[in-house]
Amino acid sequence: MISHLLEMKAITKSFPGVKALDGVSFDLRAGEIHALVGENGAGKSTLIKILAGVYPHPEYGGKVFLEGAARRFASVRDSEQAGIAVIYQELSLVKDLSVAENIFLGREPRRFGIINWEELYSRAQKLLDDLHLTIDTGSPVRNLGIGHQQLVEIAKALSQNARIVVLDEPTAALTDAEVETLFGILNDLRARGVAMIYISHKLDEVFHISDRITVLRDGKTIDTTTTTETDEPRVIARMVGRSVDQIFPEAKHDRGEVVFEARDVTVEDPSVPGKLLVDHVGFTAHKGEVLGIAGLMGSGRSELLMAIFGAHPGRKSGEILVDGKQIQIAKPSDAIRNGIGFVTEDRKRYGLILDQTILKNMTLACLRRVSGRFVTSEDAEAAAGERAATELRIKAPSVFTVAGTLSGGNQQKVVLAKWLLTNPRVLFLDEPTRGIDVGAKQEIYAQINRLAESGLAIVLVSSELPEVLGLSDRVIVLHEGRVTGEFARSEATPEAVMSCATGHARRAA
Amino acid sequence: MSEPKTETGRLKLRTSALRAYTMLLALIAIWLFFQWATIDQYHPYGLFLGAINFSKLLQQTAVTGVLAVGMLMVIVSGNIDLSVGAVVGLAGGIAAMTQGWGLVPCLVAAIAVGLLIGALQGTLVAYVNIPSFIVTLGGLQAWRGVILKLTKGATIPVELPFFRSLGREFLDPRIGIALAVLGIAAITWTNIRRNRARHRHGLKTLSVSAIVTRIVVPSIVIVAFIILMNKAGGLPIPVIFLLAVALAGAFLTANTTFGRYLYAIGGNPDAARLSGINLQRYILAAFCLMGALAGLASLLHTARVGSASPDAGTLMELDAIASCVIGGTSLMGGRGTVFGAVLGALILSSLDNGMSLLNVENWAQYVVKGGVLVAAVGFDMFGRRKG
Repeated sequence: MISHLLEMKAITKSFPGVKALDGVSFDLRAGEIHALVGENGAGKSTLIKILAGVYPHPEYGGKVFLEGAARRFASVRDSEQAGIAVIYQELSLVKDLSVAENIFLGREPRRFGIINWEELYSRAQKLLDDLHLTIDTGSPVRNLGIGHQQLVEIAKALSQNARIVVLDEPTAALTDAEVETLFGILNDLRARGVAMIYISHKLDEVFHISDRITVLRDGKTIDTTTTTETDEPRVIARMVGRSVDQIFPEAKHDRGEVVFEARDVTVEDPSVPGKLLVDHVGFTAHKGEVLGIAGLMGSGRSELLMAIFGAHPGRKSGEILVDGKQIQIAKPSDAIRNGIGFVTEDRKRYGLILDQTILKNMTLACLRRVSGRFVTSEDAEAAAGERAATELRIKAPSVFTVAGTLSGGNQQKVVLAKWLLTNPRVLFLDEPTRGIDVGAKQEIYAQINRLAESGLAIVLVSSELPEVLGLSDRVIVLHEGRVTGEFARSEATPEAVMSCATGHARRAA
Repeated sequence: MSEPKTETGRLKLRTSALRAYTMLLALIAIWLFFQWATIDQYHPYGLFLGAINFSKLLQQTAVTGVLAVGMLMVIVSGNIDLSVGAVVGLAGGIAAMTQGWGLVPCLVAAIAVGLLIGALQGTLVAYVNIPSFIVTLGGLQAWRGVILKLTKGATIPVELPFFRSLGREFLDPRIGIALAVLGIAAITWTNIRRNRARHRHGLKTLSVSAIVTRIVVPSIVIVAFIILMNKAGGLPIPVIFLLAVALAGAFLTANTTFGRYLYAIGGNPDAARLSGINLQRYILAAFCLMGALAGLASLLHTARVGSASPDAGTLMELDAIASCVIGGTSLMGGRGTVFGAVLGALILSSLDNGMSLLNVENWAQYVVKGGVLVAAVGFDMFGRRKG
């Protein structure tokens, strides 16, 4: 019999009005990577928070066994001392402290209350050496890329002699190279006997790294299988509770005339004078067509759209034409007036005012048109808002629900509604499905197709290649601020696009 | 989803509104307490809520209340104005010094000075990107210095009778009644018009009884208020100004694009900017309004005191900020209501007035007021954590 390092049995947890976990069972063996997958709201984070002691013992039902012994974690500290380390999506590092200081934060080696800096730095160095990391222990965490920060978190977990490491969406902000490094380290740790729980929406990574996969849905364990004995479609089907033959519905777009054209757009890095983030990029968007912009992180995708929209702080040049007429865009309101809508990335930071209502968020960019030039009319707004909410199938008690209480998918729909209410001719979408679950993604995809069919020109930026390829009629590829390829839908294979995105190949349409 | 539904018109308890209702209850509790505590042989039912004292209480609220309305807009936009006390002193001093130019010029001068200072500080905040805390902390000191230079440290009496009357006189009771009728008519008209508009937009209309309640309840409050004021000689002029400023402020923040943009800017500046809102323009406007209201408050204050002294208005900025915070305004920006801010001002002046009636010692008054401020926010935090 295989001994379990960790067993969680019949775990239940209720919040007012919702049963978040309903008899979930989960186990973990030493030296394995066990993936935990499920749609947002399936109960993954709740389960992890119970393990981490965030929801202390009497607040949940069921039993937790560590090496066969029943444990009741009353606090985060309890759980940490039992050798459980959780690395959350939002990293918990102090940005202005050094790498070594962060690793030993709260547990600094001391004598008579005075920190022994030599010991602290040499122990930190040893930890990083063990992980084959070349990070300067004295450098402030602020100066590290997100990927390295993640690795520092792992080093910190190991410094606490963690036997169980929980990784919550560890690759969400990493480049492919950083993901490779991370996976190398995870493999190392696995060989050393560390057990890991790996939470991710990215199934290709899950299949690449994990030994077993547990699917949660609606607070219940659906099943646990050995990774080699299942495949992506089967896991997706279990996650959503229905079979997903076709994530990307086949859409028939009628390409119309050119609505939008950008010529020779160049954007300078505001903090590094002379460095170009976008280097003479041009593209056209046609009525009724989805244009995909592919590229890795740092390729200048978002900067290109931000600059066109008048919202990038860097110096920029180039020409923008709407309906063949050249326009000047100095600030976002110029862009909006000329029929450009922009569903920005990171909805919490750039898209929504989280403690205002859905309605106020939806009408923010079109207030003067929908509600009145100076005096607003809540009724006129509500009427427009209700229509948009129905059209986009926003699930909420009413349009007066506070936006921050919605699920990610519905929040994204609110941002989409905000921009549709400005009556755009061309709609920019930057990472429109980041961090939302499979079911909600499909709904967004269906909306994108519907909008294109209704004659909108759509420019789609996404770091998820399948998404760009699945939705776009045409794809342009950026690499280090330059266009390195242009493809029609039929020619855009993942391999061809990726080789342009990494700078290996160039190709003209 | 056959028929669009909406909850407009029903009682919606958002966090800030909930806080305001809690504070309304707290205010009533404070009033009842002081009423009970001021029972003596001459006042078998208590002195505090009697017509004379209640009228005085409202006059004491006027200056802080006017400042709190302006402060609310600045705070909602994510900023703060620490200079208003000094601006009240400076504008009041200038009004008193320019009395020789005639009545209208001296009144206009005070408001213009406030507006100019607001425009200057607002420009530094919005266009030069200096944090408002710093700009107005500098203003707090600098404007006080300007007063000392202009007045040479002397106190200037108010000599123009009309100027003086701004702080002390009462409106003829008949005008009070006329205003009450006007107010009730306005409430009736807006309710009926609103319901027609809802019908036009295809939203659910309210039942007749609901509309009648929405007209009758505020009408009763207005009538009772006017009767009480008329018993004490009529509506005091400073109270008229406070009511006008509060109504205008409530309308501006809740029913105009300007107000909506202020909340958006305070709630999430990045999202507001990307939605095409000109942040700088609206932040500047909020500071200008604050400045002009500080000018108006300086007139009410100077008129009431009867003279402009160099230290007039000291610490008034803190009373205005405390009023906003007690009324549920978030210092982080994006949240708060004019109703709450005025309520906060009323709570502060009720405590002042009531404790003076009870001859509570000065030191204890400070302690109580400080405690109430911290308790109000603490209560809010506690409620939020549980909710």
